[in-house]
Amino acid sequence: MRAPRQAVEIEFDHATKRYPGRPAPAVDDLSLSIPAGEICCLVGPSGGGKTTAMKLVNRLVDLTSGDIRIDGRSVMTLDETELRRGIGYVIQQVGLFPHMTIAENVATVPRLLGWSKAETAARVDELLDLVDLPARDYRARYASQISGGERQRVGLARALAADPPVMLMDEPFGALDPITRTRLQKELLRIQGEVRKTIIFVTHDIDEAILIGDRIAILREGGVLAQYATPEELLAHPADEFVARFVGADRGLKRLSLKRLGDLDLEPANGAVGPLLDADTTLRDALSVMLNAGARTVLVEGGDGTTRVLTLDRLTELLR
Amino acid sequence: MAEPVIPDFGVGSDCVTQNHTFCTDWVRENWSSVLQPALVEHIELTVIAVGIGFAISLAAALLAHRLRYVERPFAVVSAVIYTIPSLALFQLLVPITGLTVTTVEVALVGYTLLILFRNILAGLRSAPPEVLEAARGMGLTTTQTLFRVELPLALPAIVAGLRVAVVSTIALATVAAFVVSEGLGGPILGALPLNFKTEIIAAGALAVGLAILADALLVVAQRLLTPWAYARRAV
Amino acid sequence: MSVFIDSLQFIVDHRELILEKTWEHVVLSAAALGVSIAIALPLGVVLGHLHRGSFIAVNLANVGRALPTLVVIAFGITFLGIGFKSVLVALVVLGVPPILTNAYVAVDEVEPDAVEAARGMGMTPLQVLWRIELPLALPLLFAGIRTSAVFIVATATIAAIAGGSGLGEILVNQASYGVEGLVGAALCVSLLALAVDAALGGVQRALTPRGLKLQVPAFEPDVRPVV
Repeated sequence: MRAPRQAVEIEFDHATKRYPGRPAPAVDDLSLSIPAGEICCLVGPSGGGKTTAMKLVNRLVDLTSGDIRIDGRSVMTLDETELRRGIGYVIQQVGLFPHMTIAENVATVPRLLGWSKAETAARVDELLDLVDLPARDYRARYASQISGGERQRVGLARALAADPPVMLMDEPFGALDPITRTRLQKELLRIQGEVRKTIIFVTHDIDEAILIGDRIAILREGGVLAQYATPEELLAHPADEFVARFVGADRGLKRLSLKRLGDLDLEPANGAVGPLLDADTTLRDALSVMLNAGARTVLVEGGDGTTRVLTLDRLTELLR
Repeated sequence: MAEPVIPDFGVGSDCVTQNHTFCTDWVRENWSSVLQPALVEHIELTVIAVGIGFAISLAAALLAHRLRYVERPFAVVSAVIYTIPSLALFQLLVPITGLTVTTVEVALVGYTLLILFRNILAGLRSAPPEVLEAARGMGLTTTQTLFRVELPLALPAIVAGLRVAVVSTIALATVAAFVVSEGLGGPILGALPLNFKTEIIAAGALAVGLAILADALLVVAQRLLTPWAYARRAV
Repeated sequence: MSVFIDSLQFIVDHRELILEKTWEHVVLSAAALGVSIAIALPLGVVLGHLHRGSFIAVNLANVGRALPTLVVIAFGITFLGIGFKSVLVALVVLGVPPILTNAYVAVDEVEPDAVEAARGMGMTPLQVLWRIELPLALPLLFAGIRTSAVFIVATATIAAIAGGSGLGEILVNQASYGVEGLVGAALCVSLLALAVDAALGGVQRALTPRGLKLQVPAFEPDVRPVV
């Protein structure tokens, strides 16, 4: 089995894309740097250029000016097809090849790269297990035989097959129902914990971006960068009116969803009463419980076995 | 024109001399001398015609898939050929290629072009756009996309076109007998002046049977070549 | 090559004969087409409206395609003798399948939403058929008639051996008319077939309701890919 490849940095350097005949650029002087192994969410309204910006990386769209570098090397120096074989690409409708089995789909890029049959087969099984689709059952099936959520998992496995250091994901969960979407979002985070790729994730859903992203880049119309920051920073200090509106008036609550009870340093309960919650309940859900129960405190099991307490006052303090 | 076996009064059976509808003994006696050679010739005519027609149509369709402006001229020409009545087309070719098998083959090839070209092109265009985008994004070259994605996905339409082409060609090849004595049309045309029922029915049934058999074989081939089209959700 | 020039000369020299035969050809074809439509159209439309009998209706076209014209004509001669009757029967047998199949598919595949809306508005089944299904089915339906018409014109040529009238008479009679006559008749019948196809294509275009953006290209017979 091959050793997993090291993640690499992606850098946008004044990247611009203009389409002939249109006055405004689709991507306008975009500069940002994505550290290795992190997920960067590109968010923005429709037509904001986020998909175009992502496609500049694997040259499905060509730069008008500026540069994009992967691991220090400009994407313009590599041959297009070679470049793309080194980048995992996941799209909303997945685009599984209907005439190939699941295994053959996942094996596509390794085959292109000339891996041996044995290596490829082992890798396919490994990946199917990674995305929680037991290889034994799913290997020989066809795309038409599995559900939408399963199809997107295969798409993910297929993109990971040749172990690319970089992944591009274009609204991959957009076509799924909310329950499946949530499940796959969690799956992605779990997998990222194991493989640690540098990922550009395009979405129009700010909540999805906050959940998944290590960093978020908000693009406004015309492909202009409005703000590039961690979710915490974005919610606490939106750069301007547009970002504040985009993030939503409930950004205070959103910030609460970033932390869990178990992350906090809480006082011992000392006889306080209130609903008892799990350590991985988010602060937002904790607040919701308080409101529902009409209580000003909730209790949680501390790591050392003692019961801890969170008061409403402490909660409000955390927001400041 | 194939010589009909004229019942020799005294040698032929009663069935034959009285020209009943169908005499199995005549069929048995004349199978290897009359019917089987005609059948084999007929199969040959068909295979050559469809083979060449397919090669031409495939090349044209691949070209039209890449260069849009090729489609219209080829489609119009093949449609015009298709509309010309078969007997007329044969007679128009005779001054050029003579009373030979070549004349017949040229005409038969011409008749397959329209359906094969149309179907192959439609098949090539049927690949869903997101599949093509995924292929491109994964780093497949244009040629690789053509051979590994577009052509396999075009197979259902291609085989459907082949079915129509093969069946039509088998039917049309009977008319070839007006030009040259090959194929199952020969015995039919020969037996018509004498109204010898058995020979007409035997050769006719063979032609129809051959068409049905070829169609069935192609249906089986389609099932074998495109397993994904028949995979159903196992719930 | 000189044969073609000679054949043009033949046409000019014998233009009355040519015209007479062409007219016979047209009349024969029209009669056969008329009978075929009378049989196949109502049957196909009704079956399509009821969404019944799809297996037969669809596979009839396949069977029709598999029937060699010569065989059908030969069978006609064998059982019905030489003459107008057997020619007509043969032509009708070959002309019915495209019309029946197309009529069935055309009506069967009319957008179900439109039909349901119509029924919901309170139209009787007959009104639905007459006002909604038939107009929407017309293009494809007419394509079947067009295919059949061209097929009948072509087959009528061969039917000459069964005593049919028309240009086929010249085409199978090299002894009387010579090679020039053969080629001349071949040219004429080809033009006739192309003209019929073009004319019916024009009618098909005219019949297509403007709302249906169906392209009806010239010279394209409806060879529906059967899957």
